[in-house]
Amino acid sequence: MSAAWLAIDGLGLTEGATRIIDDVSLSLAAQRTVVLGPNGAGKSTLLRLIHGLLHPSGGRLHWPQPLTQGMVFQRPVMLRTTALANVIYGLKLKGHSADESRRRARAALARAGLDHIARRPARLLSGGEQQRVALARAWALEPELLILDEPTASLDPASTREVERIIGEIAAGGARILMTTHNLGQARRMADEIVFIDRGRVLEQTPVARFFNLPQSEAAQRFLQEETP
Amino acid sequence: MTALSDSFLTAWQLVVAADARLAAIVLLSLRVSLAATLIACIVGMPIGALLAVGRFPGRRALIVLFNGLMGLPPVVVGLLVYLLLSRAGPLGQFGLLFSPAAMIIAQAILVTPIVAALTRQVVADEWSEYREQLRSLGASRTRAAATLLWDGRFSLSTAALAGFGRAIAEVGAVMIVGGNIDGVTRVMTTTIALETSKGDLPLALALGSILIAVVLAINAVAYAMRGWAERHWG
Repeated sequence: MSAAWLAIDGLGLTEGATRIIDDVSLSLAAQRTVVLGPNGAGKSTLLRLIHGLLHPSGGRLHWPQPLTQGMVFQRPVMLRTTALANVIYGLKLKGHSADESRRRARAALARAGLDHIARRPARLLSGGEQQRVALARAWALEPELLILDEPTASLDPASTREVERIIGEIAAGGARILMTTHNLGQARRMADEIVFIDRGRVLEQTPVARFFNLPQSEAAQRFLQEETP
Repeated sequence: MTALSDSFLTAWQLVVAADARLAAIVLLSLRVSLAATLIACIVGMPIGALLAVGRFPGRRALIVLFNGLMGLPPVVVGLLVYLLLSRAGPLGQFGLLFSPAAMIIAQAILVTPIVAALTRQVVADEWSEYREQLRSLGASRTRAAATLLWDGRFSLSTAALAGFGRAIAEVGAVMIVGGNIDGVTRVMTTTIALETSKGDLPLALALGSILIAVVLAINAVAYAMRGWAERHWG
């Protein structure tokens, strides 16, 4: 077991009287972690808290070493410019020079198999292509932790395979992957470890094979029965 | 009825003949209102964008203020600018009163709140879509505001257009600070008001037609540009 790259202690997020994330404590050490759970369980919220997009009501995140992060959202957000310029934009924000940004952006698009659409308006690309551009944008920043919130929801199987290939390559480069999905097959393929949450609480954290073969909690058993076609 | 149709006929002849006096009035109107709109965009658009994405004390009050100032009465703006620019006023030393520059200042003051308020609305809509992505990439709020201004440039043309429409059509402010001096500060709206009061309907009608045509043409160009942009950039 490798050392934890993130320790979460008593994390909570409350909106009004609703506890969206309820006293979550986790130690994340696996390279590829998939967060599973039913709709409204708090998966996306947990990812946003970890990425710093939301501020917790309580608890804390402890990073043994600060990690550079990238996040890819369910619905890719593209600026009204070319695919290449979208990738360059992220690099410039990180302080890279114009030349360096262009070089890195081109390399990232090439790795994502998107050379041919670099000059095309990003918002006119297909959903799958836009998501791959979003991945290339994150990849270009060379994140040590890549967070993905249901990156293949509403994509066709071919696009899903391509997105999974790119995520696999990013992981092969050493980045930690933390993602949510509703696709159980994808979770099996992509995860080393599963974190199962329900109603804002972590019910299981277990290696992927064990989760699918022998889920411990009743909620996870029910979830697998309902989600398995 | 004959007098009215004669007036229309004479007005048409003035337009077709590109009457020099008419052309000078039209060109001055366009110069003043386009300059005022440009200034209003340079000042109002960043203000609108920062109001949309910023978080600072008094932000809500400023939003209410700018929305309220959209309905500024032109004569009141004219009066305030008159007081500022008059010989005894704080800016009297520049001798701008009764010049096109004074008219540009008055119209810019009138139009800036319109541009700012409409920009805030456009950028706020964009911000709700882009916020998480831009924050994830590390954009500061100021940088995000600049990004959204550029990204929403085609939608923002509507804000500029609304400002220009307000500027070119107003009469009260330019009348007060320009003085409606023939050949110097006489623009379409002030001429229409003056010539109508004198009973010279042909020139008033000719200018009225051109005014409407200018506004329609600019709207058509902006509409076409937005359509092209949507097809081109999504």
